[in-house]
Amino acid sequence: MLEIRFHGRGGQGSVTAAEILAIAAFRDGKYSQAFPIFGVERRGAPVQAFCRIDEKPIRLRCQVYEPDMVIIQDATLISDVDVTAGLKEEGLVLINSAKPPEEFSFDGAVVKTVDATRLALETLGRPIVNTVLLGALAKLGVVSLNSIVEVVGMKFGGKTGEKNVIAVKKAFEELPI
Amino acid sequence: MKYVVQEGSHSVAEAVSLCRPGVIAAFPITPQTHIVEKLAEFVANGDLDAEFVNVESEHSALSLIAGAEACGIRTFTATSSQGLALMHEVLHATSGMRLPTVMVVANRALSAPLNIWNDHSDSMAQRDTSWLQFYAESVQEAVDLTIQSYRVAESKDVMLPAMVCMDGYVLTHTYESVLIPDQAMVDEFLPPFEPEYRLDPEEPMTFGVYALPSDYMEFKWEQQKAMENAKRHIMRINREYRKMFGRAYGNGMVELYNMDDAEVAIVAMGSICGTIKEAVDEMKDVGLVRIRTYRPFPVEELRDVLRDVEIVAVVDRAFSYGYEGPVFSEIKSALYVLRNRPIVCNFIVGLGGRDTRVEDVFRLVKRAKESAGGEVIWLNLKA
Repeated sequence: MLEIRFHGRGGQGSVTAAEILAIAAFRDGKYSQAFPIFGVERRGAPVQAFCRIDEKPIRLRCQVYEPDMVIIQDATLISDVDVTAGLKEEGLVLINSAKPPEEFSFDGAVVKTVDATRLALETLGRPIVNTVLLGALAKLGVVSLNSIVEVVGMKFGGKTGEKNVIAVKKAFEELPI
Repeated sequence: MKYVVQEGSHSVAEAVSLCRPGVIAAFPITPQTHIVEKLAEFVANGDLDAEFVNVESEHSALSLIAGAEACGIRTFTATSSQGLALMHEVLHATSGMRLPTVMVVANRALSAPLNIWNDHSDSMAQRDTSWLQFYAESVQEAVDLTIQSYRVAESKDVMLPAMVCMDGYVLTHTYESVLIPDQAMVDEFLPPFEPEYRLDPEEPMTFGVYALPSDYMEFKWEQQKAMENAKRHIMRINREYRKMFGRAYGNGMVELYNMDDAEVAIVAMGSICGTIKEAVDEMKDVGLVRIRTYRPFPVEELRDVLRDVEIVAVVDRAFSYGYEGPVFSEIKSALYVLRNRPIVCNFIVGLGGRDTRVEDVFRLVKRAKESAGGEVIWLNLKA
């Protein structure tokens, strides 16, 4: 089972990202589950969402404490929140940042960065990074690009959907493996 | 048939829609609200032909439902926590008038202190209102229970309302895969509601009429007989559902997991059972007895399965202040008539949404194995 934790700020679409990922993984033929830390949501406050992906039905109902992967939508969270808490050895940290991965150090973790904010501004005209990061997740093999593109297109629909799809594809192309 | 990943509330709203309710009453309360919001959308889009009524309180919601149901209309509402508490008076009236509505309870803790998260305090407090009570482990089961509950509730020798209890947030707000049955198959499984008696201006009659001391007890005795009758229907409908839709949940009353040769039995209800099953897979001689039907209480099934174990660890997600967990009291009472009784202990778990991990289940079992019998342990209480 693959367990992924999303760190973001209220209003950045962390929960939506986890939901889209779960639907996309399901379209890939996997079982999936997505849920937020349910709380009293406030814009700008640190939030977390989770996604589990497995080959067999998922029965676990607790939060994700030992993720295989963490997605950090906002690098300013790193100083406030223990974003790698419980991360598995050799676990992956994907950060929305213009900086190269070497500038971040998390013990025992593999760090990847993608400048999702720039990509979002270029394609969407707004710094909404959640779909952009899903493109990067597709590049990392978590889910197929096709499924992410389809689900993102459906979720937002129309012009917004098209723009989001472009953002997803750009992130896919830009993320170095 | 539709196979999708979507929010639990959305899935349950689709299940309700498949049952073709004619009247839906809605009053918002977290974490139930998404269910009626989705139903409002179905009605507004013309996908569901029902009268959708926004009422001014939960007390009104259920009063309206009772009136519509008495007119022979299939109905639906949903609530949580304080909303269910506010309905309390009308819960008795609805069951006493033998009005077989179905209500989803998105389980949430009761105030004070204010807490919007999940436990079973709200529905457990309504135990004695003569409503059938079912607890779902997954979104799929909540969907299936909704459809099954109308069949059970509307059975001629039952005619009692039903609560489908699904854990707030943990099931209502989680995206997970679910099979939504086809309308044609649900129509075949669940025929239109045709009650024997209904309010009709052409043939006036009264529901919930005055009963003198000379008659009242017989009405109440009839309610108990109806509860007993429901057991047979729950088991039969569970089997029929499997034939038609390919899914069954234990015998409908209880579901046993790894109970062959188990020395320790955990007894629990609701979504926590998924996590318990994961833990059970990693332990020796430990099984799970999941109570799916809480009212009517599966006393025979529980005696049969628990008589041969050494230790019974009862998980309660509610508490009866001044005593112990409510399920624990009932398990002990069920086992008392046995000649050889297992050791029993009680774990109060996850009140107000405190998360329960696989490791917590290991700790619970370890503690249960040290039990002398009768302990009430609040799990993971801060020192």
